[in-house]
Amino acid sequence: MTARQAVPTSAADALIAPKPALRRYHQARWDEPAIFDLHTPGARGLLVPLPEPELAEAVGDPLAALPAGLARETPLALPELSQLHVLRHYLRLSQENLGVDLNIDVGQGTCTMKYSPKVNDTFVRDPAVADLHPLQDESTVQGVLAVIHRLERMLAEISGMDRVSLQPGAGSAAIYTNIAMIRAYFAARGELDQRDEVITTIFSHPSNAACAATAGFRVVTLHPDPDGYPDLAALRAAVGPRTAALLITNPEDTGIYNPRIAEFVDLVHQAGGLACYDQANANGILGITRAREAGFDLCHFNLHKTFSTPHACGGPAAGACAVTEALAPYLPRPTVEFDGERYRLDDDRPDSIGKIRPFYGVVPNLVRAYAWIMSLGPEGLRTAAETAVLNNNYLMHQVSRIRGVCVPYAAGRPRLEQARYSWAQLAAETGVHSEELGYRAADFGTHYWTSHHPYVVPEPMTLEPTESYSRADLDEYAAILAEVAREAYEDPDTVHTAPHRSAVHRARPATLDAPAHWAVTWRAYRRKILGEQL
Amino acid sequence: MTPTGPSVHPYVPNSVPAVRAAMLAALGASDIEEFYADIPAALRLGRPLDLPAPLRSEAELVRHMDELLGRNTSTRQALSFLGAGCYPHHVPAVVNEIVGRSEFLTAYAGEPYEDHGRFQALWEYQSLMAELLATDIVNVPVYDGFQAAATALRMAARLTGRPEVVIAGAVDPDKLAKLADYLRPDHRLLLVPVDPATGLADLPAVRAALGPGTAAVYADAPSYLGLVDPALPELGALAHAVGARYVVGCNPASLGVLSPPSAYGADLTCGDLQPLGLPMSFGGSHAGFIASADDPVLVAEYPSRLFGLVPTEVPGELGFGDVAYDRTSFALREQGKEWVGTAAALHGIAAGVYLALMGPAGMRELGTTVLARTAYALRRLTEVPGVEAPYAGAAHFADFCLRFTGSLGAAEVNRELLARGIFGGKVLGATDALYCVSETHTKADIDRLADTLQEIVK
Repeated sequence: MTARQAVPTSAADALIAPKPALRRYHQARWDEPAIFDLHTPGARGLLVPLPEPELAEAVGDPLAALPAGLARETPLALPELSQLHVLRHYLRLSQENLGVDLNIDVGQGTCTMKYSPKVNDTFVRDPAVADLHPLQDESTVQGVLAVIHRLERMLAEISGMDRVSLQPGAGSAAIYTNIAMIRAYFAARGELDQRDEVITTIFSHPSNAACAATAGFRVVTLHPDPDGYPDLAALRAAVGPRTAALLITNPEDTGIYNPRIAEFVDLVHQAGGLACYDQANANGILGITRAREAGFDLCHFNLHKTFSTPHACGGPAAGACAVTEALAPYLPRPTVEFDGERYRLDDDRPDSIGKIRPFYGVVPNLVRAYAWIMSLGPEGLRTAAETAVLNNNYLMHQVSRIRGVCVPYAAGRPRLEQARYSWAQLAAETGVHSEELGYRAADFGTHYWTSHHPYVVPEPMTLEPTESYSRADLDEYAAILAEVAREAYEDPDTVHTAPHRSAVHRARPATLDAPAHWAVTWRAYRRKILGEQL
Repeated sequence: MTPTGPSVHPYVPNSVPAVRAAMLAALGASDIEEFYADIPAALRLGRPLDLPAPLRSEAELVRHMDELLGRNTSTRQALSFLGAGCYPHHVPAVVNEIVGRSEFLTAYAGEPYEDHGRFQALWEYQSLMAELLATDIVNVPVYDGFQAAATALRMAARLTGRPEVVIAGAVDPDKLAKLADYLRPDHRLLLVPVDPATGLADLPAVRAALGPGTAAVYADAPSYLGLVDPALPELGALAHAVGARYVVGCNPASLGVLSPPSAYGADLTCGDLQPLGLPMSFGGSHAGFIASADDPVLVAEYPSRLFGLVPTEVPGELGFGDVAYDRTSFALREQGKEWVGTAAALHGIAAGVYLALMGPAGMRELGTTVLARTAYALRRLTEVPGVEAPYAGAAHFADFCLRFTGSLGAAEVNRELLARGIFGGKVLGATDALYCVSETHTKADIDRLADTLQEIVK
């Protein structure tokens, strides 16, 4: 600085003014065409090994050996692009997408959007995981079998259950697996004809009801009592000799913990049913309370939620089913066993429900979840849970001060890891709906979701901050909501016409339910909309 | 410098004691315990979880994982001939680059206007698969090929309202176990054993099994044993003759050279995406596809999401949304079709990138090379005394069955191969094993297997 003359203070202020209160965000907008429009005849994105001349000579034309009618006759109309152009296309699409790593993803409530440590991705890309075949001799896969077995034991401890299967492909697959085991349990006892009902609650994930129905059960749905807790009187009325199981989340998606959960479980047990705990919302209770203490027979975890594996645009995810000893015979096969020295796969399980998916589970996510737990340990898991709860109550405190919003049910009670809000007042006073607040929130570089059907809470919003976000992140998110709410009252057109800074504008979904117009693929679009003869 | 105790964790920003204290103060709370007031004491764990002590640093974690995973021997270190539903195809570097991007890897259920890239990439996946499969409808991926087959059969059964599903040709026994579980509430599986002499579907037996109660006929193309069954078109005709639907599971990597099932009568095509640019991952990288004609009656039966193209408020933009959302369990809970949840979307994006890289020439080269290598392997390996191929009369793709007629059984052969750094095929029985080659094998690899078997099999 000595060689330069000092800039006068007032000019310096002009050069580096304070940052604006809200982030000035604009998503990349590439107007990227469909990949089919990037077609260059003859271009290649990848070359493939060809049969060696000697081999080719030995076998002749391999296509000639195909049975009549089974050789492909219509040429593939895949687009042709050079490698850079494939890469560029998808990189541009990636820039037109948000992810936890880029935004304060607390608006995807019920989904536990947390940081997935980058180091864990390196393990799954290593050939020691990526290039293992599932049918290799057990002696060559002791490392990955150890990961699976140890993760199972960790989740057994975290849930208090006896045995765990990591085979399900995701949370809903784990819900289905639990239902399938419940069905097998009652079939073995000769009670399946009698026990044909499953009880769940309206705030539980739709897959609880849907999986039970898919497995052949009639579904009974409990609605909340006036305080937002699952209705004990309704359960008493519903439970009986036809009850196979209760499927329940606690806390439910409202974030309210049901203090009478053990009573619910007891009631179902007294009627001869099983109690199954959907622990999709476990993030706030790790190390604090477990399925075992509340008396459950089965539970499941979503590893992509609570145990930090990436959500990957909607999977691959991974599910874990944990059961008591009484249900263990029904676990999917094979199980991973350890004799103190060697790990092995046990496929000889006569009472097993069989296979839920090929092989043993979504192994890359099992590796990530194992590494995550190993990096936190018991104290770290509890810190994560407590921080998720602190963050949630802090955010609720900030958001509750915004005009037009409220937190229905259980007034004055804390929430655990998330809270369901209602913008009913704002909608009534401004005509701006919760969904539109989400459109506008996108203009500030963040995501906001209005949660599951049915909308028991009018104009809903569910926020789940998890442990991954800083106090400044939470303040920023609350400030965005405050700004959007202010606009709803003072400048509603800005909200009605949002988003303004996204890669694209609001879609017009009218044709999505019209068979003559919906276009699920490029070829359908060309045929139906462009009127081409293909 | 602010002291950092063991409770401050890099993944948990607000674990910094001063920040935590300030947030509690802002809430007027003295302790986080206040927020847990609704959890009764009787339900408290009351002790720390009994878990391993944490590996405090990333460096220690890496060292631990390296030690643990280093106990594995990967197929890069050994010469592997394992397939049977999980295939050793080359994974292009660009695929890994794209699916490793944070914007895709860490996104979830964003909306079309702020996760536009995800919607477009998945719609393009559907579209690229549609060209491969010659169908107009392809779903957002389900968990895996087993689930895809199970759901396709339930779709067919709902459409026909009939109770029985006939399985023709050789099908993976693990897949059959999944089908048996998944169809059990409403449908029966009827397995028609293959002709033991040929390994192909037993057409007279299939014909005899069909009737007014048949909802669907299911076959795999190629079959579990790798056979391209000449009867595949006839099976469809038989199904349709009794008013049943024809469901075909196929290996998508074969479709550069094999006819797509829709071309020989399949009403529903299903399968697993793993061969299209996904690593084997110890069986952990599967995803399932289901495809059909653009028939509203069929579309109404899909449980999974179908992304569709729509206009936005600005002409020229591609917009996206959920087609016929109100058939899903998201909308209707137990009244929806089966269920939908997080499944395997990123694998769909990977498969889309793969197909875009490969193009028509790449897919044709892939299919041609695999066909040629399979034919060569069958010929070369059966030159070894004591090695036979029981179904060598049929064309094979990737998988093929070997029968060991010498003193060593299939499992013993595998043990001997393993001792020589080779992973032999999946053991099917005392004498038979299912071997596999892909474009990643060379002629020299196959010759090495043949030479090694020559040493082993007396």
